[in-house]
Amino acid sequence: MIKPRNIWSWLRTATGDDAYERYVEHRSKKHPGEPLLTRAAFYEESQRRKWGGITRCC
Amino acid sequence: MKNIAGVILAIVGAIALTVIALHRHEPVNALWIVTAAVCVYLLGYRFYAAWIAARVLSVDPSRATPAERHDNGRDFVPTHRWIVFGHHFAAIAGPGPLVGPTLAAQFGYLPGTLWIIAGAVLGGCVQDMTILLLSTRRDGRSLGQMARDELGPVGGFAALIGTLLIMIILIAVLGLVVVYAMKHSPWATSTVFATIPIAILIGFYLRRWRPGRVLEASVLGVALVLFAVISGGWIDNNPTLKAAFDFPAVPLAGFVIVYGWLAAILPVWLLLAPRDYLSTFLKLGTVAALAVAILLMHPQIRMPALTQFVDGTGPLFGGKVFPFVFITIACGAVSGFHALVSSGTTPKILANEGDVRLVGYGSMALESLVAIMAIIAATLLDPGVYFAINTGAGIVGAAPDAAVHTITGWGFPVTVEQMQHLASQMGESSLFARTGGAPSLAVGMASIFGSTFGRGLLSLWYHFAIMFEAVFILTTLDAGTRVGRFMLQDLLGHIWKPMGRTSWYPSVLFASALVVAGWGYFLYIGVIDPNGGVNILWPLFGIANQMLAAIALCVATGIIIKSGKARYAFVTLVPLAWLALITSTAAWQKLTSADPRLGFFAAANDLAAKLSSGVLPPDKAAVAPQLIFNQRLDAWLTMFFLTVVWFVILDMARVSIRYLRGLPVSGSSEAPYQVSRLTT
Repeated sequence: MIKPRNIWSWLRTATGDDAYERYVEHRSKKHPGEPLLTRAAFYEESQRRKWGGITRCC
Repeated sequence: MKNIAGVILAIVGAIALTVIALHRHEPVNALWIVTAAVCVYLLGYRFYAAWIAARVLSVDPSRATPAERHDNGRDFVPTHRWIVFGHHFAAIAGPGPLVGPTLAAQFGYLPGTLWIIAGAVLGGCVQDMTILLLSTRRDGRSLGQMARDELGPVGGFAALIGTLLIMIILIAVLGLVVVYAMKHSPWATSTVFATIPIAILIGFYLRRWRPGRVLEASVLGVALVLFAVISGGWIDNNPTLKAAFDFPAVPLAGFVIVYGWLAAILPVWLLLAPRDYLSTFLKLGTVAALAVAILLMHPQIRMPALTQFVDGTGPLFGGKVFPFVFITIACGAVSGFHALVSSGTTPKILANEGDVRLVGYGSMALESLVAIMAIIAATLLDPGVYFAINTGAGIVGAAPDAAVHTITGWGFPVTVEQMQHLASQMGESSLFARTGGAPSLAVGMASIFGSTFGRGLLSLWYHFAIMFEAVFILTTLDAGTRVGRFMLQDLLGHIWKPMGRTSWYPSVLFASALVVAGWGYFLYIGVIDPNGGVNILWPLFGIANQMLAAIALCVATGIIIKSGKARYAFVTLVPLAWLALITSTAAWQKLTSADPRLGFFAAANDLAAKLSSGVLPPDKAAVAPQLIFNQRLDAWLTMFFLTVVWFVILDMARVSIRYLRGLPVSGSSEAPYQVSRLTT
């Protein structure tokens, strides 16, 4: 589970600043040796997924 | 120990509520309102929410959530509960709770305040938490899918159509708010325009130059946006530039429409995603700053507890305090739209079922507090000033003399000099008839920030507040148009397969154009309406939003009854009954009232009679046929909403009665229990 360690890591996690690092960590733990997305490709894919549904409200 | 804290909270809350109740004829301090609200939220959270979670929903912290079971490092990610809380709050907090309370202040501060508090604690927070848990138990299924699975195809279809139509009305009314905030205000217009290239620049930064570095990009973007607010002041001082950014409402509406279409078809990384980072930072920062400023300033509320307009003669919009205060407050107390956010993204990152109380109930309580701050910002203004800003020229006349005369005649004294002084303090040429809620909220926020952090900067604070509202209204507009496009593509895909392919460009262009044309039409009609348009569109939006909440509560009630807990079903059934009552009453009055300021058909017939007898001046006669058509269209739309919501209610009743009589019903779509291995 994602747990912040201090204020700085809380801020990075809350904003998604460290999303790529977390993705790499997850892949290396659960699927070692499999190909990884680049940082830019991961960012673009995550934005596309995020905005494919209702994520903002009135 | 926790019970002692609860008793203290109850006592403080009761004292605060008593003070508010007893100060009916003298000014009350805003701090009492904040205190009462916070105490009630904490009590609701500590006792009612905990009881619902334990007894009604049987929240089980040992049960693995979808985030744990499907953990893929991307969208399904178990996340710390405070971070989920932040994400969820950022998702549900929109411009609705700022605009609604501002408009509802025409009834006085008391009705709106009481409903914001009571509606949230007993209705909105319960809805958000319940839907969040039910969706978490169903692998993050959407409200529409849950309605289809648990009630039947009617419920599912109603939820889908309801959502699409609400989205159209919502975007139109928000577009109208932005247009009126920018109308003949070069400072506001240039600042709002500047946010577009800034967002694109940040888009490139995040995609090409420093991929995914959200924090540094956001800090850069917020700095640029703040600089745009300051430089807007320079533009306002330069006669040539000032003229270049001075637009009437119709071209600004055209700009918003073209912008909305582009935002829906361009890649998300270019405009929507970076704009959202900026607006989220600004939103959270401004809300926090506003809370601090209200505590430090502790202003007196100048608006009376109740005004004479509770009788339905209000200048902002027609209709009595019952049911229209509930319809107008909308998102600040109960928002059907939240059910869509609670059943989608958030369940996929929830690490533990136990977190639904903080994330679902807690976020909505905070959202309700934002609505309380908005009503404070509106009611600390001189009532005369509040009505002068918010009343359309169609009601009090376009001439300042006539307007102040009428408003003073209502018992809310205001002078032309006072309004001119205020306008020049705020850096605007005039503040008369600036309808839509944004300018009056901005004046209120500017006085709060100004008296707390420096009075010399009033015009900066005013334009900061306008920019802050505009930025996240435009984010909602972009995101809403895009979601509307996906829904429409899904629907069209049933008619002709290729239209359902979300990345096929002809389908993208066509479906986006259709959605934009939908809200663009209502926006255009609102802009040419001499009464400001908000008086028609906001109640329509409120009715639609509260009806969506009723649909969500139907789904929740049906599931609770089907899980064998009919004796506890009142937690969702009571708010459902209340929403059904207020939306049906409001819709009925909008359809049948003979008062042209309230009834759609009455307004259409009234205008048609005036048009045919030739009493309308040429400029009004030119737009009258469109306004007549629009009033009739609004009436049919209201009738459609009413029919849909009662279909869902009856469908839920049918399923529940079948279950209670032991007859077969559709099975539960709940995912099977799996023990959680996460350590918290």
